[in-house]
Amino acid sequence: MRIIALVKYVPDSGDEVGFEPDLSLGRVGPSSRLSELDEYAVEQALRLRTELAGATLTVLSVGPAEAESALRKALQMGADDAVLVTDEAIAGSDVFGTATVLSAAIRSLEGGLVVAGMSSTDAGLGVVPALLADSLSWPLLSQAAAVSVEAGLAKIARVDETGSRVVEAALPAVVSVTDQSGEPRYPSFKDVLAAKKKSVATLTLADLGVDASAAGAGSARVEVLAVSRNADRAAGRVIVDVDGSSVDEIIDFLAAATK
Amino acid sequence: MSENIVVLVGANAEVLDASTAELLTLAGQLGRPVAVVAGEATEALVAELGRHGAAEVHLVSCPQLSDSLVLAKAALLADRAVDAHAKVILVASGLEGNEVAGLVAAKLSAGLITDAVTARFEAAELVADKVVWAGKYTVTAKVLTEMAVLTVKPNSCVPVIAEVEAEVRQARFDFEPGAPAARVVSAEPTAATKRPKLVEANVVVSGGRGTDGDFAPVEALADALGGAVGGSRAAVDAGYVPQTLQVGQTGKSVSPDLYVALGISGAIQHIAGMRTARRILAVNSDPEAPIHRLADLSVVGDLKTIVPAVVARLG
Ligand SMILES: Cc1cc2nc3c(=O)[nH]c(=O)nc-3n(C[C@H](O)[C@H](O)[C@H](O)COP(=O)(O)OP(=O)(O)OC[C@H]3O[C@@H](n4cnc5c(N)ncnc54)[C@H](O)[C@@H]3O)c2cc1C
Ligand SMILES: Nc1ncnc2c1ncn2[C@@H]1O[C@H](COP(=O)(O)O)[C@@H](O)[C@H]1O
Repeated sequence: MRIIALVKYVPDSGDEVGFEPDLSLGRVGPSSRLSELDEYAVEQALRLRTELAGATLTVLSVGPAEAESALRKALQMGADDAVLVTDEAIAGSDVFGTATVLSAAIRSLEGGLVVAGMSSTDAGLGVVPALLADSLSWPLLSQAAAVSVEAGLAKIARVDETGSRVVEAALPAVVSVTDQSGEPRYPSFKDVLAAKKKSVATLTLADLGVDASAAGAGSARVEVLAVSRNADRAAGRVIVDVDGSSVDEIIDFLAAATK
Repeated sequence: MSENIVVLVGANAEVLDASTAELLTLAGQLGRPVAVVAGEATEALVAELGRHGAAEVHLVSCPQLSDSLVLAKAALLADRAVDAHAKVILVASGLEGNEVAGLVAAKLSAGLITDAVTARFEAAELVADKVVWAGKYTVTAKVLTEMAVLTVKPNSCVPVIAEVEAEVRQARFDFEPGAPAARVVSAEPTAATKRPKLVEANVVVSGGRGTDGDFAPVEALADALGGAVGGSRAAVDAGYVPQTLQVGQTGKSVSPDLYVALGISGAIQHIAGMRTARRILAVNSDPEAPIHRLADLSVVGDLKTIVPAVVARLG
């Protein structure tokens, strides 16, 4: 069975970001990378690969050519191969466009289990996995703090605003994992060398049989009108406490702030 | 004629939660609020929905609701939105809220904006603002489709009372998944506490790794101020507080009047969840900690002595 981990190429959260002419967030920043939250997806996918006899792990990304570096990182972590869907026509996609392209790629790769991150660190919607499950007609096991697969049945533990739940579904299924699911591994030097021999295949919309009008800015259901930089918080007052000397000022501050 | 604006009433709501009250207020500004309750509702809840402006309340029973993760709720909401000829559908932001909203938008071919902080009509088109990139930018976006689905961040507006005698409609929705679906095997609701809900609280007091695992001062200050308790991810990972109380990028995003950070360094992922607080107080023994560059009042000192002294004074 082929496990597919979804990884997005995003600016590092410490980066100053730029915006494209269409006002979408620029993906190619000074230290853009594999989304930190998708490292958790790769980690869990690697773990599940060892648990599922005969399984292989493909990492899949939809993004600009530079996104290859995110896939390379996932290959260093231990994925078997990588696929990048890149096409001029994809630029400016909203989540629905992205999900359309991802689901076509998952179908063509004949994946049996998809593992995604909980949310992308740039756009941060946390909806792509749900949209994928919907368009693939596969069960959705999302926002998992823990995931296991046994005898073709995937099981997750999820904590959200309604409480905690255990949810299960037969494979194929779409799983998304949170940063509670287990710390991602660091590739060793040996892993880094081994990854050099692994392949990154590139696909276009035509390769996937996706009509160019189904993705990209033209298909987007939302248009960004403006982006403005918020004022930085004004620097406040810093005081050094010596034996409780700050208490009076704290009390005054609390009184004013809760008035 | 004013458009119908559908509001999904918060999960497990026996009494009206603040997020739902805010959604109703926003719905009232946009058009005619139609509240949808998935599952049972008490009479008190229905009355409260009316008191916050709901012109209609749809009480929708759905036998498959508790077995389904998010699909049944999304299908139910989409069904009600079609029934009400809704122009806009409002859901509170959150892990579940965003997924439900995304699925509803997919079903109705509607545009989706998540985590909005404001929304309005401009020439019959829905326009919303959201804050992105750890609070650094505000993005204004317009929905191009006939219908719009929005998730709205809690604490984005002040709920107003608009006494309305809500017209109550009972409905039943049978969820028939057209494809294999996940099944909930067991569920445990979030344990109730006497403290306000983290995302809705006016005051949030959070502790980090610097508490060394002793959350008593954090809790005592929260209680003295009538606030909620939160924690950094380091505090969650160390088991000092449950993950449900994590503030930040992968936890809850809060916008209280007052945020108190105790023994928290102020990593970008933490700041992403509390930057929009109106006032921030920090106590951290390291003068170089980034939180000192953000707080309105920053105290360089030991939380273990300062906080109990403050609590004693608030007494
Ligand atoms: C993908 C990803 C997502 C993340 N999401 C989140 C998130 O949602 N929320 C979050 O919080 N973090 C998140 N993080 C982690 C974040 O990067 C930081 O590691 C974390 O916020 C640090 O927590 P802390 O401030 O409690 O701990 P530390 O950074 O260790 O800071 C502890 C502070 O306590 C101070 N201190 C020690 N003793 C005392 C004392 N006696 N009195 C006063 N001060 C004292 C120290 O000076 C120090 O500044 C995320 C990280 C990643 C990679
Ligand atoms: N362009 C993309 N390429 C690959 N995976 C993606 C992409 N966008 C989103 N995902 C996956 O979907 C998850 C949720 O993304 P989002 O809904 O954008 O927050 C991410 O953590 C990724 O695993």
